[in-house]
Amino acid sequence: MSSDLTTEPLSEPSLSEVGLQGVSPFQQLKNLWKGDSGLIPIIIGLVVLVVYFQSRSSEFDSAQNLTNLAVQSSIFMLLGMAEIWLLLLGEIDLSVGVTCGLSGLVSTILTDPQYHWSWFIAMPLGVLTAMGVSGFYAFFVIKLRLPSFIVTLAGFLAVQGLLIYFVDKQGTGGSVSVQEAVLYDLVGGQFTVLATWLTIFISVGLLALMLIRGNERRIKHGLVAQPRSIMLAKIIGLVLVGLAMVWVFNSNRSNFLVLEGMPFAIPIDLAILALGTFILTKTRAGRYIYAIGGNAEAARRSGIAVNRYRLLAFLMTGFTVGVAGQIYTSRLGGISDSIDSTLTLYAVAAAVIGGTSLYGGRGKMIHAVIGGIVIATIYNGMALLSMASATQYIVTAGVLLAAVTIDQLARRGSTVLR
Amino acid sequence: MDTTPEPFESVIAGPQGSGVAPSDGPPLLSLRGISKSFGAVQAMRHVDLDVPAGQVTAIIGDNGAGKSTLIKTISGIWAQSSGHILWKGQEVHIHTPRDASDLGIATVYQDLSLCDNLDIVQNMYLGRETTKKGLLNEIEMEIATRKTLSDLSVSTVKSVRQLVGSLSGGQRQAVAVARAVMRESELVILDEPTAALGVSQTAQVLELIHTLKSHGLAVIVISHNLSDVFAVADRIAVMYLGTLVHEGPISQYDTASAVELITTGRSSRVPNTVATSV
Repeated sequence: MSSDLTTEPLSEPSLSEVGLQGVSPFQQLKNLWKGDSGLIPIIIGLVVLVVYFQSRSSEFDSAQNLTNLAVQSSIFMLLGMAEIWLLLLGEIDLSVGVTCGLSGLVSTILTDPQYHWSWFIAMPLGVLTAMGVSGFYAFFVIKLRLPSFIVTLAGFLAVQGLLIYFVDKQGTGGSVSVQEAVLYDLVGGQFTVLATWLTIFISVGLLALMLIRGNERRIKHGLVAQPRSIMLAKIIGLVLVGLAMVWVFNSNRSNFLVLEGMPFAIPIDLAILALGTFILTKTRAGRYIYAIGGNAEAARRSGIAVNRYRLLAFLMTGFTVGVAGQIYTSRLGGISDSIDSTLTLYAVAAAVIGGTSLYGGRGKMIHAVIGGIVIATIYNGMALLSMASATQYIVTAGVLLAAVTIDQLARRGSTVLR
Repeated sequence: MDTTPEPFESVIAGPQGSGVAPSDGPPLLSLRGISKSFGAVQAMRHVDLDVPAGQVTAIIGDNGAGKSTLIKTISGIWAQSSGHILWKGQEVHIHTPRDASDLGIATVYQDLSLCDNLDIVQNMYLGRETTKKGLLNEIEMEIATRKTLSDLSVSTVKSVRQLVGSLSGGQRQAVAVARAVMRESELVILDEPTAALGVSQTAQVLELIHTLKSHGLAVIVISHNLSDVFAVADRIAVMYLGTLVHEGPISQYDTASAVELITTGRSSRVPNTVATSV
């Protein structure tokens, strides 16, 4: 129990002794596996899924299907990222699915011929609607200290009601379709081949540069850093992902005419991912959200305006749900009065499959991205194999449970954050 | 854009780093007639206490004697109902934890002060992060954390990027104390610092308290453990049923008289009992 303590008198350690006891490359690998960024088990799981579907259906890895898959995962990713803001606090939003629908509905109705508002007012208003819903929840959860589970459950019912009311009021028979080109093009439109290349090249380049620079600075200041070999492996992985994206999006995916380039939805996902990750890892606000999720009382006693950052997290959830709503609407070409009720649960599942904790204080934006891809892969692969939706549900359940189990087992004994 | 690390001076503040108590001038902290009521319940009555710099003042007393009420008043969890707090001879008003930390009062709570899901550096700087162009300056924080820990002779942690949840009780206490003294603190209040610690971990924490004192900081220790108190304190203040019944240099007391004071509020073995207004 006390084996980790030196019992010898506390001599003055040199600076290099504190926090510099080297971490061996093997330990590094183990940390990578176990650590808070422990995405490796789930990535292996994803590879297994992909190999299985590919072996059963040659269509799976066609550019057309993979692009479709990327767009399908968009919704899960975005809603998962929305959910993570609250999961980090130990809160939850059970209404992201319907709120995303409401947000899309606002943009759709405002841009249709009846109102004919410009898209650059209507779409932000759609996003603001979702933020308003989240702000409303925030009032009850933060000010009145009600459990978010119940508040957002009530919200789910209320928003569902609003959705039905507004759709029915249009008198277009249970659904409203998108009439605005820009809104439609979020999913239906795409970058040119050159723009796709440039976007991916610049994104990968910037990310690699940031990783290397951060690590080199740590080495320079004599801090614990990752060995250059592991950095190199990461960069190579990054470049491979980038090249794969270019290959998928820039292949012609139509049988009749030329259809190539990255759908606009993809860079939107990446931008939301970058924004969320930036706030969570580089700013005080992000640090405080983790702190509140870990120990709200400690955060309060450290002088952090706890409620302000809780509100921020709620609004970020709303914002992300709003963006998801635009893409959801675009993908479906409209909004019907019955939103798939499993959407919210998939959003939570995406975050949790990636490794975010439901108990607060632990999670990253990238978790929802990976989790979203896993869910979409199952969804997509099963559909290709014409499996019954009964099977789809059960397999997704299995993956969710397996992911959480592996995560829990791997995390035992994990100590190092990076 | 890279900057070489600025040479850090000792990050531990405090006057002159000498272990000698200043004999003249006002004490660092003086309480005069402090009372605290919660509705009809009076938890603390008319407490007078001086806390000198460079010394360890132990506040002892039974459960419910008002020890926690007293330190929560000093550290800004709540304000006193009546009475005055003097900081270096000047009257101050402490209404929030922020007020206290702005003055230079740092409180280490028993187990409420750390976030297990954050690493040591993140905990050390929680609420006062160093930023560069508005973004967290991790490198500077990490270097300063290592410096502080090494100043305090804390050598048992493997990495300052370890999650606090993975530390032992003694290490957690060390991190909490290091965090408290890191920012210009002149008075450090430790609430039951050795409760629930093993023998060697307790020794480490007591060593740490000595280090704080030798840096010239004032230390208030709340403890149930009399052997720890006698090992580390320069002065003792005994609380009994919400009043401060006795106060003086440690040499006036022995274990028997301290126990007597704690349990009955009076002792025939010690001279000049503090006048109370009961």
